[in-house]
Amino acid sequence: MPAWLRGLVPVLIAIAVLAVLQLLLGHLPFFVYLASIVGVNVILAVSLNIVNGMTGQFSIGHAGFMAVGAYTAGKLSFLLKDVAIAGLPAVVSDQVQFLGTLLAGGAAAAICGFIVGLPSLRLRGDYLAIVTLGFGEIIRVIVQNMEVFGRALGLSGIPQTSSLFAVWFCVFLVVLVARRIVGSTHGRSLWAIREDEVAAEAMGVNTTGYKVRAFVISSFFAGVAGGLFAHFVPIINPGSFTFVKSIEVVVMVVLGGLGSTTGAIVAAVILTLLPEALRTLFLQLGGLGAGVSLAQKVDQIRMPVYGILLVVLMLVRPQGLFGTREVWDLLPRWIPRARKGLT
Amino acid sequence: MSAPSTLGTREPRPQLLDVEDLHVSYGAITALRGVSLGVGQGEVVALIGANGAGKTSTLRAISGMLKPRSGRIRLAEQEIQGLRSNLLVPRGMAHAPEGRGIFLNLTVLENLELGAYLRRDVPEIKRDLEYVFGLFPILRERVRQQAGTLSGGEQQMLSISRALMSGPKLLLLDEPSLGLAPQVVETIFRILREVNARGVSILLVEQNAHLALNLAHYGYVLETGEVVMRGQGKALLAAPEIRKAYLGE
Repeated sequence: MPAWLRGLVPVLIAIAVLAVLQLLLGHLPFFVYLASIVGVNVILAVSLNIVNGMTGQFSIGHAGFMAVGAYTAGKLSFLLKDVAIAGLPAVVSDQVQFLGTLLAGGAAAAICGFIVGLPSLRLRGDYLAIVTLGFGEIIRVIVQNMEVFGRALGLSGIPQTSSLFAVWFCVFLVVLVARRIVGSTHGRSLWAIREDEVAAEAMGVNTTGYKVRAFVISSFFAGVAGGLFAHFVPIINPGSFTFVKSIEVVVMVVLGGLGSTTGAIVAAVILTLLPEALRTLFLQLGGLGAGVSLAQKVDQIRMPVYGILLVVLMLVRPQGLFGTREVWDLLPRWIPRARKGLT
Repeated sequence: MSAPSTLGTREPRPQLLDVEDLHVSYGAITALRGVSLGVGQGEVVALIGANGAGKTSTLRAISGMLKPRSGRIRLAEQEIQGLRSNLLVPRGMAHAPEGRGIFLNLTVLENLELGAYLRRDVPEIKRDLEYVFGLFPILRERVRQQAGTLSGGEQQMLSISRALMSGPKLLLLDEPSLGLAPQVVETIFRILREVNARGVSILLVEQNAHLALNLAHYGYVLETGEVVMRGQGKALLAAPEIRKAYLGE
């Protein structure tokens, strides 16, 4: 099988599997909504892991990039709502526009990532954290004060063209990209920077270049996640992209283990479903009425639960659930694994 | 600035590295005020001085890890000041940084492979790998071991070997004797002599003036960011000022 074809195989399998899932489960609105939220969070966590985990830089403004993607893609879709591409059936035309706006959202976020990353990644240390924290807040405040973006009320009436298939295909793409990065020279360079930046530089690694590239890739996918988000929630407003959202993503990455892609996925799924699970649990417990009122407060209970979870994690397993390893590294030893190297 | 006093004569050699009037500052703090030095082809040059004299800053400015405020650096007749390390490594400059800077979570072999990061000539890389194993046989024994589990001396050997894996013409070494047992230091310096005999020039930063000047063809003495004395290694070693200030006599 030629190399380019072999590269396509996972994509074709993913398309087939997702198409089947779409047909089987696509008509269950609550399930699709929940799966989409989980998917968006997985994209955010996996993409942030490229920066925070693989490269060892500390970015805490992922919600800002998500917001840039969400508003760019959402506004575009809103403007193109009544426009159809000539010669295509309405459904297809909508999907093509959806894809276009997603790419535009990702590109806008990537450009912001470049502008934010270039000056702050030339320096070592905590500067990136400070700058990304500021960036996230600036974006939110800008959006909150611009009429075009609906101010604090947000944007509504964005065509709901997202689907289970679209979200999870993007999940698949970000995971594919992350895995390909890890296996490449690019990934090795990021790893070297994470372990010891001075030594990496002495080896001839272009540290600034690699850090900025990783950051731009990560920002792009955060933008795509935002774009998807804008197309399945009825309304997007600045409240969805606060500092708390950024921290939520950081928590996912840390919980999963800095540097572990599968860890980020598992953590994102757990932390997204946790509130739903708590809600169900409280309802089950509370025939007494107390449970019902607790269930209504899950969104507020969530934050202390995250806090406790992190403290316990740091005490019991400071490297995160998986450390830098992947799920399959935990398989028994007798299952053969690829090992690359000179000798 | 007065010219530094010069001791002994220097063997004439074609110039490999030429640093002229190098100024470096960290914000408002000046680290180097007009350092000039040179390394000839096949020469070992030692840079000695007390803590905070600017030895490491000089090395870091030469290898492109920090940007000099002014001054000229030439490597093999080409101006290189302001170029980042990733552009200098392919031109034949290798820097074994202070504190070794090896990747503790990687194996010895992986560290060495990383040294050849910018090279694509696999057969040559394999030959160089054999070469450094020949220099430091202990590394061959530890090849699959995590670098973090090596002793300090072995880590220093790994750091030097990794720098050699980039196939350098000029090796910059920052305090290779730091915190090591005298016996290990002796081994390392013996091997540096061997490496030099194969044609690699070495610029050596050392606190241990005795060792460094014994190995070096030529030496510079730095004091508060300036070269105060320079000369033949053995001549410096015999100079009363040096004996008093750095050798405790």
